[in-house]
Amino acid sequence: MFRILQLTFLMLSASLVFAQSVSRDEIRGLDEQIQDAKKDVIELTAELTQLEEKLLYPSNTQAAFFVSLPENSRFDLEAVELRLNNEVVAHHLYTFRELEALRKGGVQKLYTANVQSGEHPLQVSFLGKSQSGRELRATATHTVEKRVGPAFVEIKIAGEESAISFKDW
Amino acid sequence: MFERLVVAPAVVGRSARVLLRSLLPLAVSGALAAPCAAALDRKDEGVKDLFFGAAMYEAHQDQFFDAIVQLDTELNQYRRLDQPELDPFSAHLGQAQFSVGDLELSYRMHLEAGRAIEAVLKGNVPQPVKNEAAYRLAKIHYHKQQPRNALHALEMIEGRVPERVRPEEQFLRARVYMELGRFAEAVALLRDLKGEPRLEGFVEFNLGIALLKSGDAERGVAELTALGKRRSADPAQQGLYDKTNLLLGTYLMDAGELELARPYFDRVQLEGPFSNRALLGAGWVEARAGRYDRALVPWKLLQSRQSTNEAVQESMLAVPFAYGKLDVHSTAAVNYGFALDKFGAEIDKLTDSIVSIREGKFLEALRRKEADQVKNWVVTLRDIPGAPETHYLLDLMASNDYQEFLRNYRDLNDLHERNESWLESLVAYEDIIGQRRDYYEPLLPGLDQKFRQLDARIQMRTEERDKFAARIEQMLVTRRPDYLATAEEQEVLAELKQLRLRARNQVVGEESLRRLERLEGVLEFRLATEYDARLTEAYKHLEQLNVEIEKLQKAYHSYVRSRQAATHSYTGYNDTIRNLRARLRQSQDRLDMLMARQGNMLETLAIDELDRRRAQLENYQIKARFALADSYDRANELQEQREDQRKIEALQKAAEVIIDDGGQSGPEDAEPVDGEPLPQDSPPELDSSAESAPSQEAAQ
Repeated sequence: MFRILQLTFLMLSASLVFAQSVSRDEIRGLDEQIQDAKKDVIELTAELTQLEEKLLYPSNTQAAFFVSLPENSRFDLEAVELRLNNEVVAHHLYTFRELEALRKGGVQKLYTANVQSGEHPLQVSFLGKSQSGRELRATATHTVEKRVGPAFVEIKIAGEESAISFKDW
Repeated sequence: MFERLVVAPAVVGRSARVLLRSLLPLAVSGALAAPCAAALDRKDEGVKDLFFGAAMYEAHQDQFFDAIVQLDTELNQYRRLDQPELDPFSAHLGQAQFSVGDLELSYRMHLEAGRAIEAVLKGNVPQPVKNEAAYRLAKIHYHKQQPRNALHALEMIEGRVPERVRPEEQFLRARVYMELGRFAEAVALLRDLKGEPRLEGFVEFNLGIALLKSGDAERGVAELTALGKRRSADPAQQGLYDKTNLLLGTYLMDAGELELARPYFDRVQLEGPFSNRALLGAGWVEARAGRYDRALVPWKLLQSRQSTNEAVQESMLAVPFAYGKLDVHSTAAVNYGFALDKFGAEIDKLTDSIVSIREGKFLEALRRKEADQVKNWVVTLRDIPGAPETHYLLDLMASNDYQEFLRNYRDLNDLHERNESWLESLVAYEDIIGQRRDYYEPLLPGLDQKFRQLDARIQMRTEERDKFAARIEQMLVTRRPDYLATAEEQEVLAELKQLRLRARNQVVGEESLRRLERLEGVLEFRLATEYDARLTEAYKHLEQLNVEIEKLQKAYHSYVRSRQAATHSYTGYNDTIRNLRARLRQSQDRLDMLMARQGNMLETLAIDELDRRRAQLENYQIKARFALADSYDRANELQEQREDQRKIEALQKAAEVIIDDGGQSGPEDAEPVDGEPLPQDSPPELDSSAESAPSQEAAQ
C-alpha cells in the first residue's frame, strides 16, 4: 500500500504545468507576433472608424449627443431617452458596468445624428433611483443649433437637483 | 509506519511549491490591476474633452481595444492641429498618453506600452512624470517575468514618484527584490507599506513570504497567521486569507509541526476554492500523527465532492488507505471498489475530453460569446455545455501563462470578428457610395447652371456696390449733389440742359429764360438742401446692398459647401476602400495563422494536462486494484483469525461446560460464524477495536 501511494505522489510531484511540448521562446515569439497583430488591427480600425464617420456622419451634418454624470454622483441612472426634432432617436438602458464607467468620469456617446444647419429641438428624459431607492424621472428640453461644423451636445444628468443640464461643445 | 508517513511530505512539499508559485502571481495581478485603475480614474480633474471622456467610458468597462482606438485617434488628430493648445483635449494630453500605455498594458500589448513609456522617459518632461513612467516600465518588465529589467527601470527613478502611485511603486520594488532573492530589502519595504488600504492583504502576504524566505520563520508565520485569521465578505479577499492558511498549514506540516498545522487547514472556508486542498491537508496532518480515524473525517467529506478535482481523487485513495491502517480492511476494500468505479468513469470522461479537444470543440467553446458575459469567464467556462474538459483544466487555466494564452486567443478571435464586420461594412459603404453617385451626378449639371447664374448676379451686384461705394467716397471729398438726384430729377436736369443749349442757339424770350433759370434754381435748391439727407440715405442703401450681396455670397458658399459635400460623399473613396479591404484581408490571414498557432498551443497544453490526469488516474486505478486485492486478503485473514478465535473460545467454553456439567451441553451451542458482517459506513471494527486489538497486533 505504501508503494502504491508513494508512486502516486511521486507522479504528482513530477507533474509540471507546462510540458516540454511548448518552449518559452515559442511562447514569447508568438506573444510578440500577437502584439504586433493587435497594433495593426488598432491602426486599421482607427482608419476605418474615421472613414465610417466621414461617410456616414460628415461634419456639415453631424450632431453627436453625449451623456455624463456629475462628479461624486450617487444617483443610479437606469434609462435615458432622446427625442430629436420630436422623434425618439435613442433609448438606452444602463448596465451596472456602464453606470460605474459614468460614475468614474466616463462620457457615453449616446447617439450621432445627421441634421441640417439650423435649430433642432432636443428633449431628454431619464429614469433612475436615488440613493434611498426613490424613483426619479425628469425631462428637459434644449435647442441644438447646428452650424457648418459638427454639433456636440453634452447631457449631464444629475438626478436630484437641476436634473438635466446641457452644454454645447 | 514511518515509511508511510514519508509520503505526506512529498505531497506537502509539492503543494507548498505550487502554492508559493501560484500565490505570488495572485498578489501581483491584484496589485497590477489597482494602479491601472487608479491611473485612469482621475475624476477630480473633471472631463474637459468629450472624446477623452468617451474613451475613458470604454476603458472603465475594460473595453480596452475600443478605448485604445479612440485615444489613439484623438492623439493623432491632436498632433495634426495647427494650434493644439486651443483644443480642449490639450487639458488631458499627459493623462491620455499615460492612459494609452496603461490600456495597452491591460490589453497585453507590453511591447507597445514599453515603447510608449520609454519615449516619455527620453522626452523633455518633468522628473515626477519620468518617475511615474519608470515605475510603469518596471511594472511591465515585472509582469513579463524580467525582474532584473524591472529593477533597472526602478533605479531610473530619481526622488519620489507621484504620491498617487507611491505605494504601488514601493510594493512593486519589494516584489522585484523578492524575485531577485533580496528578501531583507523586501521585508523593510513591505513593513513600511503595512496599513496601505489599496494593498490590504497583499502586503502582509508578501511580507510573510519574504520573512519565511529570509529565514525568519517565526515572524513569517506570525505575519501570515495574523493575515489568515482575518475574515472578509469579499470573496477575492477571503480567497487570499484561505490561501494564506492553506500555505501556512502546508508549510507547518512540511516542517513536522503537526499540532500547529491543523488549525490553519481548519480556518480555510469549507465552500471556498481552496477547501478541497485544505481538507486533504487536514487529513494528512492527522494521518501523519497516526490518528487515522480523525484523518477520515475530512477525507470522507472530500470524497463526496466534485470527482474531477485532484484532491478529491486523491481522497478516494486516502480514505481506504486510512481504513486499512485502522485494520478495517473490508471497508477499505469497499472504498477501493468505489474509487475504482469513479476512476474508470473519470478516465472515460478524460478520454472523451481529449477526443473532443482534438476535434476542436475546446477552441469552439472558448470562442463562444456567452463566456464574455461575465468578468470571471475562465471559471465560467466550466459551465459551458459541451466543454466537459474545462472541469479538468481549471488548475491549468488558473496559471498565468495559460490565462495569457486564453486571453490572446480570445483577443485574436475578437479582432477577427471585428475585421469580418468591417469587411461587411465596406460592402455596405460601397453600396451607399454608389447610391449617392446615382443620385447626385444627374443633378449636378442643372445645379451648376444655376450656380453660374448666381455667380453672374453676385458679380454684377458687387460691381454696382463698388461703383456706388466709390461715388460716396468721392462725395465725402467733393460735394456732388447731382450724384444724389433721383432718376426723375436727373431726367429733368438733362431736359433743362437741353433747353439751355437750345436757348443759346435760338432766340428765346426773356420770360422763357427766366422760367428756365427758375426751374434750374428750384432743382439745385432742392438737391442742395436735401443733400445731407440724401447722402445718409445713400449710405443706408449701400448697407442694404451689402446685406444683399452678403446673402448672395452666403448662398454661394452654401452652394459650394453642398456641392463639395455631395461630391465628397461619393468621390475619392474607391482607392481608400480598396486599400483598406486589402489590408483587412491581409490582417485576417495573419490572425487566422496566429489563432491556429495559439489554439494549437492551448490544445496541446490542455491535452498534455488531461493526459497527465488520465495517466495519474490510470496509475491510481492500478494501485487501487492491488490495494483492493490486498484488503480482501487482509479482511479474509482477519476473518479467519476471528473465526479461529471464536472456535477456540467455543471449544474452550465447551470444555469448561463438560468439566463443570459432566458433558450435558453439546457443541452445537457454539454457533459457527458465517463470516464478517458486511461493512457499513461506521464499521463495527472501529467500535470493537479495543476488543480486537490483540488479534490485529497478531495479524500485523
